Amino acid sequence: MRRSRAAVWGIGLGGAALTAACLLLAIAAGVSIGEMPIPMETIFGTLTNRLGLTTLRLPRIQEAIIWDYRLSRSLVAAVCGAGLALCGAILQALLRNPLAEPYVLGISAGASTGAVGIMLLGLGSGAVSLSAGAFAGALVAFAFVVFLSSGRQTADRTILAGVAASQLFNALTSYIVSTSANAEQARNVMFWLLGSFAGVRWPDLALSASVVTACFLVCIWHARALDAFTFGEDAARSLGIAVQRIRIVLLVITALMTATLVSMVGTIGFVGLVIPHAARFVVGHGHIRLLPTCALVGALFMVLADIVSRVAVAPQSLPVGVVTALVGVPFFSIILYRARRST
Amino acid sequence: MTLAARNVRWAAGRTVIVDGVTVAVRPGQTLGLIGPNGSGKSSLIRLLAGLRLPVAGEVVLDDTPIGRFGRRDLARRVAVLEQHALTEAHVTVLDVVSLGRTPHRSALSLWTDNDDRIVSDALSQVGLENRRDQYWHTLSGGERQRVQLARALAQTPSCLILDEPTNHLDIQHQIEILRLVAGLPLTTIIAIHDLNLAVRFCDTIAVLSGGRLVTSGEPMEVLTEALIADVFGVEAHISTSGLHGRLHIQFAM
Repeated sequence: MRRSRAAVWGIGLGGAALTAACLLLAIAAGVSIGEMPIPMETIFGTLTNRLGLTTLRLPRIQEAIIWDYRLSRSLVAAVCGAGLALCGAILQALLRNPLAEPYVLGISAGASTGAVGIMLLGLGSGAVSLSAGAFAGALVAFAFVVFLSSGRQTADRTILAGVAASQLFNALTSYIVSTSANAEQARNVMFWLLGSFAGVRWPDLALSASVVTACFLVCIWHARALDAFTFGEDAARSLGIAVQRIRIVLLVITALMTATLVSMVGTIGFVGLVIPHAARFVVGHGHIRLLPTCALVGALFMVLADIVSRVAVAPQSLPVGVVTALVGVPFFSIILYRARRST
Repeated sequence: MTLAARNVRWAAGRTVIVDGVTVAVRPGQTLGLIGPNGSGKSSLIRLLAGLRLPVAGEVVLDDTPIGRFGRRDLARRVAVLEQHALTEAHVTVLDVVSLGRTPHRSALSLWTDNDDRIVSDALSQVGLENRRDQYWHTLSGGERQRVQLARALAQTPSCLILDEPTNHLDIQHQIEILRLVAGLPLTTIIAIHDLNLAVRFCDTIAVLSGGRLVTSGEPMEVLTEALIADVFGVEAHISTSGLHGRLHIQFAM
């Protein structure tokens, strides 16, 4: 039995609305939970106050914590989750590799080398130059992986190239840190590398949200072309897809998103791996539905991961990369296991 | 629609794979490309399909070089069926056949009733209308090729190019696919290994060896014992079949 198109769209939009509602609740929970628990009504009161809708009298400190720390932090977490999940979905489609994502392919490692280089070698300063350095690093890592895995492009070769890239760029990062940082800097860099939303503020949200939104729109524009890659590049070409141009555009987009996010919150692995696979279970393979789903679910996942990272060993907080890896690695193992059975 | 290669040449690095080949197929007819492994059949197929650009010579569609058509424009006229389509994606039969509509749709256009009708027609032409929700990885080799054929038909092409589409199939499914293809009112170019199947299903045959065209013409004229010995290096005995009245080629083993 086949459902009508209207019914399919109805179910899809209903699901999207539900996920979006969950995301809003998760963000609210993320703002509420912390060293100082803040009740929901204070949170909404602060929001309406700041947006100029109300003039409620609220505890000053709580209002400041909500607005200056937790809300921006939760929103950046959402944007990061959306962006990293998108990167994974795009890379998996383009490289036709179920294990592809920025972290596994060493793109994140390249970006962190670039960012650390800027940070410690003092080449410029500020969020934008940090992102630019990360972008350069991500592109170099990409070029390295594409070069190593060129020719007969099999899943194994791409992943091996990614392993080599990760090793190389992590080594370079360690080299830069150990030769040019003092103990305090080294500690900060190492913590940042594992992924943390602790330092993010509103300007970070502005930058990351605009980059991820723009990239998302470009990806949606190419959603149908990504579907055509299902049976490889020649098949896509024979369906009228400009394979070379789309590959370059989307790889640069992925590098740009990865670089922006890594330079802000460090390397957070496995989100790009887990989310697209989970999303495919729900909405199938078509990218016009898959990409928005990835963005929404990725955002939700990361906001929750951020909450877990703060409450798991409270009052201390875990690097969020630790949380995503603890979820991601078992998932990665399942995919590997299934791939072993199907060949 | 007439599709022709004029003196095309293609090289991978310094190795010349296709060396000045001229072939043509008339509207509605089927041209078979035969030749031993490494004779340049697949590469010629890729040149004809516009998937590779020749370093010399040109491929023309109704006398217009295919480079003049936009990619999408070309994909609406010429559909390609590969030897062995592979994917790890969890896609259904319907998903795959729907891909055939790609060149007819812009980036954001919605799926129309017309798209729906064309996809359904394509599925019923290959006899898979009841399998549309089945997953690709659960299909047999023969079914996969039928799905890919339906995908090609959903492109509503006037020309179909097939690269050894029956390579991985048993004899029953080989004949099934070739019958389906031969029954279509399309201009068809097919690279094919089995000489008897080539004779049975092709109007004209072009013989390749070492990247060059040896000869071309009607199967009756082209396929001789001398040619088979020369090109394939095997001794053959050719007779007229009492079963279908066409050539029957037997090999000395």
